[in-house]
Amino acid sequence: MIPSVTNPPVATAFFFYLLAATMIIGGILVITRKNAIHSAMALITALLAQAGLYLMLYAPFVAGVQIILYAGGIMVLFLFVIMLINIERTVKERQFNKQWLVGIAAAAALGGLFIAVYTTATKGKALFPEGSMTYGEGDNTQRIALLLFDSHAGQYMFAFEIASLLLLVAIIGAVVMAKKRI
Amino acid sequence: MHDFLQQYVLNYLDSKGLTPGGAGNIFWATVYILLVFGGLSVAVIAMNWLERKILAHMQVRLGPMRVGPHGLLQPIADALKLLLKEDIIPAEADKIIFWIAPFIVVLAAFTVFVVVPFGPTHAITDMNIGILFMLGVSSLSVLGIVTAGWASNSHYPLIGALRSSAQMVSYEVAMGLAVVSVIMMTSLGSIATGLYGAGNIGSQASGTLSMIGIVQAQQEQGVWFVFKFFPLGLIGFAMFAIAMVAETNRAPFDLPEAESELTAGFHTEYSGFRWSLFFLAEYSAMIAVSSIAVTLWLGGWLRPFPGIHGPSIAIPHIWPPADPTAPTGALDFVFALFPGIAFLLLGAMCFYNVRRMPKHPLFKIQTVGLAGFGAVLGLIGLIMFIPPVRDRVGDIFWFAAKVAAFMYLYIWYRGTFPRYRFDQLMKVGWKVLLPMGLALLVLTAVFAMHGELWAQFTGAGHP
Amino acid sequence: METMLHITTLHYLVLGAALFLLGVIGVLTRRNVVIVLMSIELILNAVNLNLVAFSRYWQGIHGPSALHGQVFAIFVITDAAAEAAVGLGILIAFFRNKETVNVDEVNLLKW
Repeated sequence: MIPSVTNPPVATAFFFYLLAATMIIGGILVITRKNAIHSAMALITALLAQAGLYLMLYAPFVAGVQIILYAGGIMVLFLFVIMLINIERTVKERQFNKQWLVGIAAAAALGGLFIAVYTTATKGKALFPEGSMTYGEGDNTQRIALLLFDSHAGQYMFAFEIASLLLLVAIIGAVVMAKKRI
Repeated sequence: MHDFLQQYVLNYLDSKGLTPGGAGNIFWATVYILLVFGGLSVAVIAMNWLERKILAHMQVRLGPMRVGPHGLLQPIADALKLLLKEDIIPAEADKIIFWIAPFIVVLAAFTVFVVVPFGPTHAITDMNIGILFMLGVSSLSVLGIVTAGWASNSHYPLIGALRSSAQMVSYEVAMGLAVVSVIMMTSLGSIATGLYGAGNIGSQASGTLSMIGIVQAQQEQGVWFVFKFFPLGLIGFAMFAIAMVAETNRAPFDLPEAESELTAGFHTEYSGFRWSLFFLAEYSAMIAVSSIAVTLWLGGWLRPFPGIHGPSIAIPHIWPPADPTAPTGALDFVFALFPGIAFLLLGAMCFYNVRRMPKHPLFKIQTVGLAGFGAVLGLIGLIMFIPPVRDRVGDIFWFAAKVAAFMYLYIWYRGTFPRYRFDQLMKVGWKVLLPMGLALLVLTAVFAMHGELWAQFTGAGHP
Repeated sequence: METMLHITTLHYLVLGAALFLLGVIGVLTRRNVVIVLMSIELILNAVNLNLVAFSRYWQGIHGPSALHGQVFAIFVITDAAAEAAVGLGILIAFFRNKETVNVDEVNLLKW
């Protein structure tokens, strides 16, 4: 049986702030760069930092899936498409669309909502009382497999099959959309 | 101070059976990281020399002979030349991306070594998702190659980069299928106590993705997975061996970087130090995928015939080893002598070649150098006979010897096979290896789980 | 300072909210369709971070096998892959006809 965490995490605050800063800076670079390839590179950095955050949350399987699928699959797809439709004149044109002011206002409203929720709700720190974070990650993959596949304890088998059907539809859809002649 | 250091080192070496990452020990993790990094650099340098000499001998010529004795210092001369070359950036190239691309490839090639197991506790860390991590991070090098080709702003690198990335992505699928069939084999064995390595849900038997766990499963089942469910293990191993050569863009799948085809492909426009980064990353990736193959199929750090021990023998002061849980059979003792004998043989080869050196006064330095090199190898061989060193380093020796065999195979393929045309390459990846992988997966599942399937069919209840 | 140094679930939620905000700004203000799609990926990642942070919190309460948030996050990643593929396919088809990647000029249905 897996006991409680045998080795406490090391330098949690330092790594959290480092990875969080990487993600925020990467996010800002994604939405402000003129060159789409620079945005893609910044997004890759943000995704890899996110994988690091997943590791800190004791979710190694999700971190592995993030690296393989997101950083190693989806971003390669984005890079190929950017290279395919690269037009030199887009770099010299206007970067922000006509309704950018309304967009910023809406985002500011959303940000205000977030700030209101997070600051008022944490007075007295009753929002998420710290449970006993004692479980390690030694058997994370096996427990996820139990949830997905086990006949007695698993709940997500149907969702798994639907996801595979969704991927099949996406493959056929993408191939048909991108072909020159159907 | 001296005693304190010695005590600290010995305390760590005798402590509980965890890797430094698993124990949360930053100091020893850093030491291991530096050791792996240094060892990898030495291995890449040695590969450079070995490749040129072995290819030359296969082509009935001699290879580099002038720089050191038998060209042993040639890699150092190459490294110096590359460092001192002019750094050329193409005119319209995107400078930031041009600068980042080699680093992405090197990052991907070096980060995989965090989970490579050189011994039962000799890994930097043992992640629960070891093999998944290795496959995922090595697929990040595709990003570096695509951006390198794009940033060069020239059509040869772009075509080379696109071809190379298409090839790597296709063969990753075949690699993944071969790996999954091995992971299924790890779930056999001690059904009662569950699993090995990092991951154990009480009494429920399941396989493990952790690299150390996979080798421990082979140790528990007493057989290398390449020989398991014969011939399924062998077919899986062959599939992975072919896919890994294609994955690292090596002959015979090296169309994207062949000089006669695309003038060096995606790294055409890179010169000097940047090119050496690509070179370093390519050889590191070769060693990384060879480590995966060795861990999954060839039993990692286990000696040949891990299940056969022979009668227990005892030689005072030499055998059995100090660790009370280690096996004490006669065959174990014989195999424990192999590291020392191997290095002594290498030293003997050096001394034989010293005798064959031309007897001219201008060759005196080279002769002395070669004799010194042979003496160092012989000394290492003698050190390998000392019992404490022998017990601890033996695992690392077997792992390194198997990876070295794979490196020799890589060079052998380069010297022997003609190059695949690109459409033939893609056809092999998708139309041959993928169906074979799927069939292998189904067959392995049937073989591995037939006991459970039978129990389910005959209603014998949940095992 | 103590609040800053002891990393709790709330820290991850605030980070997720900040990333969500960045993604929303990107979707609403950029002209290049590919960058809009990348901002959508940023939004999905923020959601995933929230899910996994809550999964860790839930695991502390309900035992080591309560990993529902992580399973949900895996499905979200799968969905993001499918959506990126189809979205980029649509983009390529559109680009072939109109030779532009600006959202302002996707106005074939305007009267």
